[in-house]
Amino acid sequence: MNKGAMAPDQEQDTPLKSDSMFINLGPQHPSTHGVLRVGLTIDGEMITKAVPDVGYLHRGTSKLAEVRGYHHCVVLTDRWDYVSAMPNNLVFCLAAERLMGLNVPPRGDVLRVLMCELNRIASHLLFFGTYGIDIGAFTPFLYAFREREMILDLFEMVSGARLTYNYIRLGGVMVDVTDEWVAKCREFIEYFKPRLDEYDTLLTYNPIFMARTEKVGLIPPQTAVNWGLSGPNLRGSGVNYDVRKADPYCGYEQYDFEIPLGKTGSCWDRYFCRVSEMRQSVRIVLQALDKLAPGPVMAPGVAKVPKPQPGEAYAHVEGARGDLGIFLVSDGQASPYRMHVKAPSFMNLAILQELLVGNKVSDVIAILGSTDIVLGEVDR
Amino acid sequence: MGIVIEKLPGITKGLPGGELLLTTADYFVDLGRRASLWPMTFGLACCAIEMMGSYASRFDFDRMGVIPRASPRQADVMIVAGTVCKKMAEPILEIYHQMPEPRFVISMGSCANCGGPYYDSYSVLKGVDRIVPVDVYIAGCPPRPEALQYAVVKLQEKIARMKLSQAGGASLQQERGSRDVVGGAAPQPLPGSETGPRIEVG
Repeated sequence: MNKGAMAPDQEQDTPLKSDSMFINLGPQHPSTHGVLRVGLTIDGEMITKAVPDVGYLHRGTSKLAEVRGYHHCVVLTDRWDYVSAMPNNLVFCLAAERLMGLNVPPRGDVLRVLMCELNRIASHLLFFGTYGIDIGAFTPFLYAFREREMILDLFEMVSGARLTYNYIRLGGVMVDVTDEWVAKCREFIEYFKPRLDEYDTLLTYNPIFMARTEKVGLIPPQTAVNWGLSGPNLRGSGVNYDVRKADPYCGYEQYDFEIPLGKTGSCWDRYFCRVSEMRQSVRIVLQALDKLAPGPVMAPGVAKVPKPQPGEAYAHVEGARGDLGIFLVSDGQASPYRMHVKAPSFMNLAILQELLVGNKVSDVIAILGSTDIVLGEVDR
Repeated sequence: MGIVIEKLPGITKGLPGGELLLTTADYFVDLGRRASLWPMTFGLACCAIEMMGSYASRFDFDRMGVIPRASPRQADVMIVAGTVCKKMAEPILEIYHQMPEPRFVISMGSCANCGGPYYDSYSVLKGVDRIVPVDVYIAGCPPRPEALQYAVVKLQEKIARMKLSQAGGASLQQERGSRDVVGGAAPQPLPGSETGPRIEVG
């Protein structure tokens, strides 16, 4: 590094040469949100190469699905994106129901939408809290988890689990909600709405936070599309694509909500998209609560050991992290012949190798945190 | 003992109030160890979210003296929270050896205990106790934050039974891991400990 003092004009002609250094970010690192390893080559403070190394949480779910029954596969889906497990349940059930020709009753559909949106709020709250920690603000974490625990309480009331619900089943949902639950859910939403404004004063428009994130990690719209990003990462760049609008499922076309879009594709825009999505999810939850009409929640005649006709089906939903898809192939047996997961986190992670290059070391965590990946979904 | 008490007035001259507190070295050292168990922030999978939940507002782990540390060099206890895949096994072992002694391991969740829902997966290690000695196991998929806190209480009870005379130096622990320290040379259940070195929680 130290080549002695140079005259200013000389310095411009021959830029200061320094040795490049290789650093491991992870696999044990408090800010990688799991077990991700990024091999960084740095030249001084600048990153010249970034190689994400995945597979530290590869649990072989796709292969396991080939020996599990269809009902058992739902259990495995909980553990891909463990921060928002309901959309995972949903996407598998949608694909399997297409194979089996099951029709979900209306109340089941409304409950599915309700749970997915509540889970989206819980997931974005976790992002809000941990992203604050990544940037160096610990307080938002405590606020976010206060509200998140209330959502987990609601989930616990209906499914008995706090994290891995297995609530959305083939043909509908596990159990109906009670009137007490509906009242508690409304109470939570009333409590939660003003909290969103509190978050804005706490973190969103905090000058230090904005300085760290506003002009960092820019993803132009074309680059975002080229890398196959989805979810808030894509919409942060201003590309209007949301599966709930583009290819509605579970009756999302009947709900009135907007898709928040970013402008520049910076870390702040991606963050802001998620915070705005929480507001939209609140709207959807309220509408879904109003839509709850009495009726069955489970389709009649779902086999205990389903053996769908040979064929294939694809279903995708807008999970908290993006366009989550499942491709199922059946050969008429009791377990799927093949299950392929199109995981949004995996695609959102891939862009890091382009996005990190040219940034300072101190911005790596800000960029990594803003992509909001979950390693369980990356590695499956 | 008599000799010590005879000489005490000269030694304790500077103590405020001239008061004395007599205790054993075992108790004193174990008190310090168990009252400030610093775990490493080391999340592997789903259980890590519940581990974060136990540090956060509602469950507030800080009041038990449990403060997460980012570096294994500053940590006392490793909470293995999640599925241990074969690719991750080697880094876990490395991190375990980076921790200063005495070090403890809590195996959180079914995956870390025995493989859990991935009992037949080709890429999952069937239990973290195949590579590092485990002090406390927590059942659940994932365990609730209360279960993790109960595990820490159990670990504190276990540390309270540690004897300096039986594991004074680092070499014994280094060689055999922390779970054998309680029983001394050969791991035996102590009087008062019903379950022996291996404690099941949850």
